[in-house]
Amino acid sequence: MVRALSGWGRTAPSTARVLTNPTVEAIQQAVREAGERGVIARGLGRSYGDPAQNAGGLVIDMTGLARIHSLDAGSGLATVDAGVSLDALMRAALPLGLWVPVLPGTRQVTVGGAIAADIHGKNHHSAGTFGNHVRSLDLVTADGSITTLTPADELFWATVGGMGLTGIIIGATIALTPVESAYFVVDTDRTADLDELLTLLTDGSDDDYDYSAAWFDAISTGAKLGRAVLTRGSIARADQLPPKLRRNPLAFDAPQLFTAPKVLPNRLANKATFMALSEAWYRKAPKCRRGEIQNLTSFYHPLDMIGEWNRAYGPRGFLQYQFVVPFGAEDTFRRIVEQIVRSGHVSFLNVLKRFGEASPAPLSFPHPGWTITVDFPIRRGLAEFCDRLDLQVLGAGGRLYLAKESRTSPAALHRMYPRIDEWRKLRATADPAGVFASDLSRRLEL
Amino acid sequence: MIDAVGNPQSLLMLGGTSEIALATAARYAARRPLRVVLAGRPSPRLDKAAARLDRLGATVATLPFDAADTDAHPATIEKAFADGDIDLTLVAFGLLGDQEQAWTDHATAVELAQVNYVGAVSVGVLLADALTRQGHGTLVALSSAAAERPRRSNFCYGSTKAGMDAFYTGLTEALRPSGVKVCVIRPGFVHTKMTAGLKPAPLSVTPEQVAEVIMDAVAQGHEQAWAPAPLRYIMSALRHVPRPIFRHLPI
Repeated sequence: MVRALSGWGRTAPSTARVLTNPTVEAIQQAVREAGERGVIARGLGRSYGDPAQNAGGLVIDMTGLARIHSLDAGSGLATVDAGVSLDALMRAALPLGLWVPVLPGTRQVTVGGAIAADIHGKNHHSAGTFGNHVRSLDLVTADGSITTLTPADELFWATVGGMGLTGIIIGATIALTPVESAYFVVDTDRTADLDELLTLLTDGSDDDYDYSAAWFDAISTGAKLGRAVLTRGSIARADQLPPKLRRNPLAFDAPQLFTAPKVLPNRLANKATFMALSEAWYRKAPKCRRGEIQNLTSFYHPLDMIGEWNRAYGPRGFLQYQFVVPFGAEDTFRRIVEQIVRSGHVSFLNVLKRFGEASPAPLSFPHPGWTITVDFPIRRGLAEFCDRLDLQVLGAGGRLYLAKESRTSPAALHRMYPRIDEWRKLRATADPAGVFASDLSRRLEL
Repeated sequence: MIDAVGNPQSLLMLGGTSEIALATAARYAARRPLRVVLAGRPSPRLDKAAARLDRLGATVATLPFDAADTDAHPATIEKAFADGDIDLTLVAFGLLGDQEQAWTDHATAVELAQVNYVGAVSVGVLLADALTRQGHGTLVALSSAAAERPRRSNFCYGSTKAGMDAFYTGLTEALRPSGVKVCVIRPGFVHTKMTAGLKPAPLSVTPEQVAEVIMDAVAQGHEQAWAPAPLRYIMSALRHVPRPIFRHLPI
């Protein structure tokens, strides 16, 4: 079936043949028979740009390959198909007292996608990336055969963060984390500006929490510039819960309030609405609160309460600009935040997080330093504005996140990832004919 | 691929010496590494155009192309796509000529229709197929404000543009399911070699200004754009002016 596909940002759609509900054998055959425009796997389509699109070629919709083969409470190991969503995995694992070790800002991503983008969560400083918790993975390589890879293999680390370009991940074994509850003990701090926020994040207190991230205001000017809400927490032990929750500490409830309608105007995401939202978001946070018990949705996934929230940006779509700069480059991101505020490009969903150690994967995004994420509706002048931000990120030794990327230049990206040649060599060995290809790989000349 | 903010990586200019096409390519070349295929009649002017884009850092190839020779079009378009994807194609060729001669001299009239209309339809069909197979791409057709309502002074040219405009407007809809985008650009009076010596109409623009309009339309996903933008409202109003008045307007 030929279908137009786009990423979560709904920009730059392209059409491809889509293979749905594939069996493993069908995937192997599709890879063997891939035409000259190649093949790429697609999960739940939460990457913002074009990594799960393959114009004129074949896209394999992996969400139909979604069986959880085994979950072992003793060893904590889960063996799953690649199309299993983190939401489904979490719901299956929680009753056994097991927790998905790395969750991004949504649970609606597949295990295959989580590996291919080497995703991170609010606990990156304590738990690393998703790839750190993968014990083995099964990959359909360019010749159509299945290879089981472990962290001892170079191709394993080329696949982790490899954006699906080394093969089709069909399954994996993940080491889950034992937990006593599905709740968080959360401390909240509201800060007047970015400097106050950075102080809190660097005074050593951040290491007391497994999870930590801050929202900051990138619209309000003057004294409100960069004001932030920092929420940090750890998963609660059963004895930390109030008696009512203690009866069923592993209960998990993820309400979806409503789904955004299909057609919303382009101009809904504007300065006035975002300013009001930012004000409300800041005001509703307590100035300083300690030890509050929160569930996953309120602490971690507030956006999951609104289905298809990306539609709020209108048919023209939006892009997410996520970068990391090393510690010491605080001036760079302070300058970038100031430029965003002045630019007229509005962003509401702004996240600042301190990253921990990097993963061994050559294309893995997280590096020790500060990561900032902002969302921009597509507007005139955004192309040039983002190009200017790229130069500053590059100048500070930083990089962009491929799972979010939708517009940078090949040259800039190659400079941001100094180990890209090492990765390309591994990919060329595994896939000499270039069977695996995506709009992303064509656009960024990966 | 055209990225999320409208930057293409490769262009095909049909009408490789068109000043609007060259202004567009030059502007894109300033933003991203660019591969350009200039298709036009082999001439020193075509080579000069290629050299100019080459100096701007683009990777340029030229391709012999005669808009009137429709039999050669299938092979030409195939060649244009032989070196990789074409993200953005500009159908930029066209004749104007002497408009009195155009409706009184048989050969001139036929040539005008052959190039501006038949040639445009011919490449349009071939491009639609190539872009559909590729699964992405944007097709920009340079129409004209003259397509909106025939005027005594240039109806021969206007009729050919009206025909190609209607074709590409329809193609926009036909290609929608394939994901290929089509955009029809309607410039007013453009200061180019084609219009040299003519009295500029009000709201005249330069090739650079038309290039800006093209780039903006591509980035915003517009299917039709006027150059300059206010021309849209003026032409819309002119369309409804009764003939006895229209024929006396100084346009």
